Amino acid sequence: MKRYTAKGKIPVASLTNEDGKTRYTLVNKLLLGLSIREYIIQALRNPMNWLLGAIFAIGIPMLIGRFINGLGSVTHASYDYPWGLFLGVGLFVMVPMSASGFMLGTTVELFGRKDFKPIERLALLNGLLGYFFAVVYLLVDLGQPWRLVYPMIVSFGPAAVLFLVAWHVATYLSVQIVELVPSLSEWMGWKKPQVVIKGMILGLTVAGIILSTLHQGALGALFNYAPGKVHPLWYSAPFLWFHFLCSSIFAGLSMVIVVSTICKKTMAWRCDANFLDNLDEITFGLAKGCVMALSTYLIIKIIAIAHDSDWYYLLTGWGAWFLFELLIGTIIPLVLFTFGIKNRMAGLVRFTALIALFGIALNRLNTSLITFNWKLYQEIPHIKEVMITITLYAIFIATYRFILYRLPILYTWQSSEKVKEEA
Amino acid sequence: MKSLNRRNFLKSGLAGGALATFLGREKPAQAREFSGYTNKGTGVLVDLSRCVGCRSCEAACNREQNLPEPDVPFDDFSIFDTERHGGLKRRTSEGVFTVVNRYNPEELDHPLFRKFQCNHCEEPACLTSCFVNAYTKTPEGAVMYNPKVCVGCRNCMIACPFYVPAYSYSKPLNPIVEKCIMCYPTRLKFGKPPACVEACPTEALTFGSRVNVLKFAKERIRQHPEIFVDHVYGEKEVGGTAWLYISPVDFKKIGFDMNLGHQPIINYVKSFLATVPMVLTIWPALFAGFYRLANRKDGLKKDNNEGAREESQS
Repeated sequence: MKRYTAKGKIPVASLTNEDGKTRYTLVNKLLLGLSIREYIIQALRNPMNWLLGAIFAIGIPMLIGRFINGLGSVTHASYDYPWGLFLGVGLFVMVPMSASGFMLGTTVELFGRKDFKPIERLALLNGLLGYFFAVVYLLVDLGQPWRLVYPMIVSFGPAAVLFLVAWHVATYLSVQIVELVPSLSEWMGWKKPQVVIKGMILGLTVAGIILSTLHQGALGALFNYAPGKVHPLWYSAPFLWFHFLCSSIFAGLSMVIVVSTICKKTMAWRCDANFLDNLDEITFGLAKGCVMALSTYLIIKIIAIAHDSDWYYLLTGWGAWFLFELLIGTIIPLVLFTFGIKNRMAGLVRFTALIALFGIALNRLNTSLITFNWKLYQEIPHIKEVMITITLYAIFIATYRFILYRLPILYTWQSSEKVKEEA
Repeated sequence: MKSLNRRNFLKSGLAGGALATFLGREKPAQAREFSGYTNKGTGVLVDLSRCVGCRSCEAACNREQNLPEPDVPFDDFSIFDTERHGGLKRRTSEGVFTVVNRYNPEELDHPLFRKFQCNHCEEPACLTSCFVNAYTKTPEGAVMYNPKVCVGCRNCMIACPFYVPAYSYSKPLNPIVEKCIMCYPTRLKFGKPPACVEACPTEALTFGSRVNVLKFAKERIRQHPEIFVDHVYGEKEVGGTAWLYISPVDFKKIGFDMNLGHQPIINYVKSFLATVPMVLTIWPALFAGFYRLANRKDGLKKDNNEGAREESQS
C-alpha cells in the first residue's frame, strides 16, 4: 500500500472521488480505491498476510475439529481446570485490554478533553473488537455455545456473578456498536444515524462507565467463588474485583498506545495528519492515565496482602512469582512511564505500554490458570488449545486491520463537515 | 435462618432489579425456591473406620445411574494403586459419580478407605455460581442439576470446593455436568436411601435425616473416643454438607481439605454483589456531575478566549 500511495494513489477517504462528482461504489471502498489486481498484489506483498495465512491453515482445521469432536479433542478435558486458555486468554486477558473504549469515551465526551479526540475512535474500536472476540472465545469454550442466550431469556441465575458478566458484556457490546455507528455511516454515506447517535452520546458514555466498572470487576469476582483454589496472594475476597477493575484501566490505555504505535508504523498511509501529528502528545496523555492507575493498583495490591495478612506467602516460591509479576507488571511500568513522560521520550512510553500489557496478561493468567489449584498441580495446556487460541487472536488481528484500512478510524472522513452542516 | 433470609433478600433484590430493568415486569425468581439451612433434609454419615474398600458402592452407583461400563471392573482392587495427573488419587469423572480411594496413614497398621462423591452442601457453591440456575437443592437435601438449561460455562466446577462436578468433554453435541444426585429421582424422592448406602455390606454408610445423622455421628465419637478424632467433617465445612464423615485419623492425612472454613462459598462473593447496586445508582449522578463540571469550565474558557479557542479547534 505504501508503494501505491507513493505513486499517487489516494486511498478512499471521502464519498466522492477527486473530481467531487462520481460517488465511490461499495466495491471501490472495499478495495480502498484500487483495482482488484492492484489490491491482490499489495495483499500478497504484505508479509503479515503470509503469517496470518499460515496460522489459519494450521489453526482453522483444529477449530473445526473442536466443534466436530468436542472440547475433549482439543483440550486436556480437565475436571480440575475447567477453564483453560480459551477463557484465560480470550476472556480474562482480552477484556481488560479492551477497557479503552469506555476510558477514552469518558475522557473525550464526558470530561471534555477534546485533545484526545483523534484517538477516540481507535479506542472505541479496540473496545468493541476486544469484547466481540472475547465472546467468540467464549463460544469456542462453552460446552453448548448455542445456548449463550439462555441467561437472557430461558433461565435466570441472578445471584451469580457470571449472570452479571453475561448481561453487562452483552449490553456493553451493543453500546459500543452504537458508539461506532458514526464511523460506519460516514463511510457508507448515511446521514441520519450520525444525528441520532450524537444526541445519545452522553447517555451511552455513562452507560459504558457503569457497565465497564461492574463487569471488569465481576471478572475478578468470578474467582471469589474459589477461595481455596486461587493462591491467597492473588485472591482477596473484598479486593479482587477492585484489582481487576483498576488494572483494566492501565491495560486499556496501554493497549491503545500499543495499537496506535502499530498503526503509525505499519499503516501510516491510512492515518491523517490530525492523527499522526497529535499522536505523541496523546501518548503522553494516555501514559499519565496509566501512571495514576498503576500507582493506585500497586497500593491496593499491597493493602490486600495486609488486609488478608498474607505476608508469610511472600517468602515462598509463589511469593517470588508474585513479586516478579508485581515488578514486571506494575513497578517497572510505573517507573518507566514516569521517566518517559518527564523526559518526553515517546518511544520509551510506547515500549513501556508493551511491558504493562505483558504484566496484565501475566496477572490474569496467574489468577485464572497458573496459580489456580496451587495445592494440586500445574496444568500445561494442550498444543491444540494453544493453537486455536492463537488462531482466534489472528482472526481478531485480521478483522481489526480490515476495519482500520477502511472505516474513518485513523483518519477524518473528508465530507464530515458537509454532513454536520446538513444536520 | 438469618443467613437464609439475607441470601434470599439479596437474590430476589438482584433478580427483581434485573428483571424489572430488562423485562419490565417481575417474574418469581426460581432462585427463591432454594431451601438450605432447613435441617429437614436427609444426610449420610460415612464412618471411615468401617469402610473396607470393597467398592460395592461404586458398583451400585454405576447400576442405579445407568453409567457406562467401567475401565476397570469393580472387583479389581489394583485400581487403588492408580494415580492420575499430579500424583493425585482417583476422582469423580464423566460416568463415575463416586470413587473409593485407599490411604495408608502411618498411625494405623491397616489402610483406610475413603468414599468420595458430591457432598450435597447445605448452601451449594455450584448452585450460587450458576448463571442459568441449573442447580436446585431439593427439600430432601439432594443438589440436583438440570442439563436442559446448562450452557456449559463450567463455573460450578470452578466454584465447587470439593472438586466434584465432572464434565462430559468427550461429547461434541450435548456435553453436561455429571455428578452424584443422591439417587433423587429413583430413590430419595420416595424416602429410600441412595443405592450406595443400601449396597454397603459393612454399614459404613448411615442414612437418615441430617439432624439425626449428625447426632448419631457425635454419639459414636463420644462412645469411642479411642477410635475417632473429635470432628464431624461436613457439620460446618463451607456452611455444612448433607454427607458427613467421622474418621479414626486426622482428616488432613486422608485427603480432606481442612482449610475450607465454615462460610458458605457465596459469602465470599457477597462483598462484590453489594457493590453492584451502589455502582448502578451512584455512577449516573456522579458522572453526570463530572460532565457538568467539565462543561462549565469549557463554557467559561469559551467566553474568555473565544477567538483563540476556535483557532485551536480547527
